[in-house]
Amino acid sequence: MSMTATVGHAHADPHHIGIVIEHPGPAPKRIVTAYGFWVFLLSDIVMFSCFFAAYAVLVSQTADGPKGSEIFEPHNVAIETVCLLLSSFTCGMAGIAADVRNRFWFYLGMAVTCVLGLIFLAIEFREFADLVARGYGPSRSAFLTAFFSLVGCHGLHVSAGVLWLLTMMAQVFAKGFRADVLRRMMCFALFWHALDIIWVGVFSVVYLLGGGA
Amino acid sequence: MLGKLDWSAIPFDQPIPLIAGAVVLVAILAVLIWVIVKGHLPYLWHEWITSVDHKRIGVMYILLASVMLLRGGSDAIMMRIQQAIAYQSQGYLPPEHYNQIFSAHGTIMIFFVAMPFVIGLMNLVVPLQLGVRDVAFPTLNSVGFWLTATGALLVNLSLVIGEFARTGWLAFPPLSELSYSPGVGVDYYAWSLQISGVGTLVAGINLVTTVLKLRTKGMNYLRMPMFCWTTLASNLLIVAAFPILTATLAMLLLDRYLGFHFFTNEAGGNVMMFMNLIWAWGHPEVYILVLPAFGIFSEVVSTFSGKALFGYRSMVLATMAICVISFMVWLHHFFTMGAGPDVNAIFGIASMIIAVPTGVKIYNWLFTMYGGRIRFATPMLWAVGFMVTFIIGGLTGVLVAVPPADFMLHNSMFLVAHFHNVIIGGVLFGAFAGFEYWFPKAFGFRLDERWGKLAFWFTFTGFYITFVPLYAAGMLGMTRRLQHYDVAEWRPWMVVAALGMAVLTIGVICQIMQLVVSIRNREALRDRTGDPWDGRSLEWATSSPPPVFNFAFYPDVRGEDAYWDMKSHAQQQSFEHEVPEYHDIEMPRNSPTGFICAFFASIMGFALIWHIWWMVILGGIGAFATFVVFAWRDHDEYIIPADEVARIDRINLEERRSLVSMAGAI
Ligand code: HEM
Ligand SMILES: [Cu+2]
Repeated sequence: MSMTATVGHAHADPHHIGIVIEHPGPAPKRIVTAYGFWVFLLSDIVMFSCFFAAYAVLVSQTADGPKGSEIFEPHNVAIETVCLLLSSFTCGMAGIAADVRNRFWFYLGMAVTCVLGLIFLAIEFREFADLVARGYGPSRSAFLTAFFSLVGCHGLHVSAGVLWLLTMMAQVFAKGFRADVLRRMMCFALFWHALDIIWVGVFSVVYLLGGGA
Repeated sequence: MLGKLDWSAIPFDQPIPLIAGAVVLVAILAVLIWVIVKGHLPYLWHEWITSVDHKRIGVMYILLASVMLLRGGSDAIMMRIQQAIAYQSQGYLPPEHYNQIFSAHGTIMIFFVAMPFVIGLMNLVVPLQLGVRDVAFPTLNSVGFWLTATGALLVNLSLVIGEFARTGWLAFPPLSELSYSPGVGVDYYAWSLQISGVGTLVAGINLVTTVLKLRTKGMNYLRMPMFCWTTLASNLLIVAAFPILTATLAMLLLDRYLGFHFFTNEAGGNVMMFMNLIWAWGHPEVYILVLPAFGIFSEVVSTFSGKALFGYRSMVLATMAICVISFMVWLHHFFTMGAGPDVNAIFGIASMIIAVPTGVKIYNWLFTMYGGRIRFATPMLWAVGFMVTFIIGGLTGVLVAVPPADFMLHNSMFLVAHFHNVIIGGVLFGAFAGFEYWFPKAFGFRLDERWGKLAFWFTFTGFYITFVPLYAAGMLGMTRRLQHYDVAEWRPWMVVAALGMAVLTIGVICQIMQLVVSIRNREALRDRTGDPWDGRSLEWATSSPPPVFNFAFYPDVRGEDAYWDMKSHAQQQSFEHEVPEYHDIEMPRNSPTGFICAFFASIMGFALIWHIWWMVILGGIGAFATFVVFAWRDHDEYIIPADEVARIDRINLEERRSLVSMAGAI
C-alpha cells in the first residue's frame, strides 16, 4: 500500500466529512425479532394475495351453481367482523398489560381475545357446514373452490392464532413477563392484527363486492 | 391402516431404481455403521446436527447440495445416453421411467442443488462479511436447513417407494391433476417442495433481517461488500416469491386431495391461472439463484485483480433493479399461449430491459480486471469462464424473449440449451467459484490448485460440447422431453452431447479428487493467516476456521473494502500494539429443534403422500410439541468468558502481525 492510497482514503471517507450518519452496529434483539416477524407477515400477505387473485379470477366461474349473492348472509358476516375487530382491541390491551407487567389485565385481555376468536371461528364453521350440507361444497364450482379456500385460509390462520394465544398465556403463567416472553407476545400481537387487516380484505372483496353482485 | 401404501409401491420389476436405491441404502448404512463404530455419533450430534452456528449450517447446506448434484447428475447422464441411442428405437429406458427422470432431474437440480448451494454460501459468508457473530435467528436457521433436507429425503424416497412425478419440474395441470396423474408421483413432488419451501422462506427471512439489522459498527449500506447486497436482493425475492409457490402448490394439492377446482378442466377451473402463478414465482426464482452468483463473482474478480470493484454504486443499483424488474416479466414463459400481441410485446420488451443492468455488471467486472494485477487462481478461472458462458446464455435469452422467435423455439432443445447455459454457466460456476474461494475460510486449508484447474477445464469444455449441440438440435426442430425420435439429422448432435456429458463427468471426478487430495495434504495446504487470497472484506479479518463467535470485537468499518483498509493502515502503523480489553461473549446454545422438527415433517410428508391420516396427525402433534418445548427453554445462550476470547483472539492477532511484517519486508 502506498502512502497516497491511505491519504486518498482519508479524504474520500465520508466519515471525516461528516455527511454520512455512521451505522451504530447490530440492532438490539427486540428490534431484530420484530423486524424479522414483520418480514414474515409480509410474506404471509403475499401468500394471501394469491388466494385473493384466484378468487378474482374464478368468482364468475359458478358452473351453474350458486352465485355469491345467493349464499352470503350479511348478518353473520357483520357479527364475525365485529368479533374480530373487537378482539384486535382486546389483544392490544393485553399487550399493554404485558408491557406494564399486569398479570390480571393480561389474562383478561387474552381470554376475551380468545373467546372472540372462537366465536368468529364457530360462525365461520357453521357457515361452511351449512353450505356443504346444501350441496354447495368447494368441489361444486370453481367459484366455491376459491371462496372456501380464501376464507378457509384465513380461518386456519385464526385457529393457529388461538393455539398460539393459549401457549402465550401458559408461558406467562409459567415464566412471567420475561424478555423473551415479551418478545413473543409482541409477535403474537402483530400476527393477530395482521389477521384483522386480512379479514378487512376478505370482507370487502368477498362479501361486500360478491354480496352486492 | 397404511393408506395407499402396499407392496405394489416397490418397483420390483424395474431393476434400475431398485439397484440405485439398494446402492444408496448400503452406502448410507455403511456410513452410519462406520460413524457409530468409530464413536463419532456424539461429535456429529453436538457439533453439527444440533449446531446453530451459521458457518456449520452453511457447510451442511453445501454438503447436501453436493450430494444431490451427484444424484441429479446421474439423471442427466441417463437422459443423455437415452437420447443418444433412442433414434428409431425405444432406447434402454421405458417411457414411464424416462418421464420421471427428467422431472426429478429438474426438480432436484433447482430445489436441492442450486438453492441449497447458494443459501449455504450466503449462510457461511454473510455474517462474516457484515462483521457480526451470527445470523438474526440462529435456531430458525437450523430449522430451515433441516426442512430442506426433509424435502430432499422425500424426493429420493420416491425412487424406491412409489414413483416420482411425470410432469416436468413445474407440474403443469391438467397433466398434474388427479385425472391424468392418479399415482403418488405428483404428491411426492408437491409435498417435498412444500416442506423444503418453508425451509427456504425461513432462510430468506433470516438473511434479510441479518443484512438489514445486524451490521457491525460503521457498516453503512454503501460500505457492504457486493455479496451482501446480492444476498439482500436474492432473499428479498425469496420472501416475496416463495409464498406464491406455496399458495400455488397448496391449490394443486387441494385439487388433488379434496376435489377442488382451481386448475381442473371441469367446473370452471382455470389452467392459465396456474401458468401465471407458477411463473410469477418461477421467473424471480432464476434471479434468486443467479444474483448471489453475481455477488460471488464481484468478490472474486476484485480480490484476484487486486483492485476495488469498479463502479460499486452502479453495481448496487443494477442489483436492485434486477430485483424489481424480475417480478414484471413472468409472462414471457407463455408467449405462445394466446395472450395476444400487445401483451406479448410489453412482456417481451420488459424482459429485454433486464439485459441492461446485467450488461452493466459485466462491464463493471471487465473494468475491474482492466489494469489490475490478475491472478488466475481457480476461483478466478470459474469467474472468467462464467463471463464468457453467461454472455452467450444471455444473448440466447434475449433471443427467446422476442415473441416471434419464441414461437419457433418454445419448448425446443434450444430452450433447454439456453437455460442450462445460464444456470450452469451462471449459478453452478458461481457456486464452484464460491466453494473454492471460501473453502479455506471454512476449513483452514486451501484446496489443491492443480486438481481445481483440471476440474475447471474439463467442466468448461464438457459444458460446451454438451450444450452447443442442443442449440443446433433445437434449431433443427427437436422438441424437449423426447423419449425417442425418428429424425436422422438430430442423431449426431445427441451423440456429441452424450460425449460432452462424459467430459463433464471427468470434471466432476476431478472435483472429487481435488477434495480428497486436499484433505490428504491438509497440513501442507494449511492457511494460518486466515487471509490466503489477500482478501478485501471482513471475512478475511478473522482466523480460518473462525471461532464460534467470529470476531472478538465488532470491527469498526471506515469505508468500502473494510479489511483492505485495515491492512493498509496496519502496514503504516505496524499494527497497534496496545492490548485490547476483552469482554464476555453471549452465543446461542445448540438446539435439536431443527432436527426433530424435520423428523416429524418427514413423517408427516410421507403420510400425506400415502394418505395415512393417523400418521399425519401424529406428525403434526409432534412438530407442534417440538415448538412448544423449544419455546419453553430457559437458557438459550451461553457465555464465553473474556479470558477464553482473549486466548483465541491472541493467536489470530499473532498470525496476522507476522503476516504484516512479512509483507512489509517484501
Ligand atoms: C450437468 C449437466 C446437465 C445435463 C447433461 C443436463 C441434461 C438435461 C436434460 C437432458 C434435460 C431434459 C431435457 C428434455 O427433457 O428433453 C434436462 C432438463 C432440465 N435440467 Fe438439466 N442437465 C444438467 C445440469 C442441470 C443443472 C445444473 C440444472 C439446474 C441447476 C438443471 C436444470 C434442469 C431443468 C430445470 C430441466 C427441465 C426439466 C423438465 O423438463 O421438466 N440441469 N437437463
Ligand atoms: Cu423468465
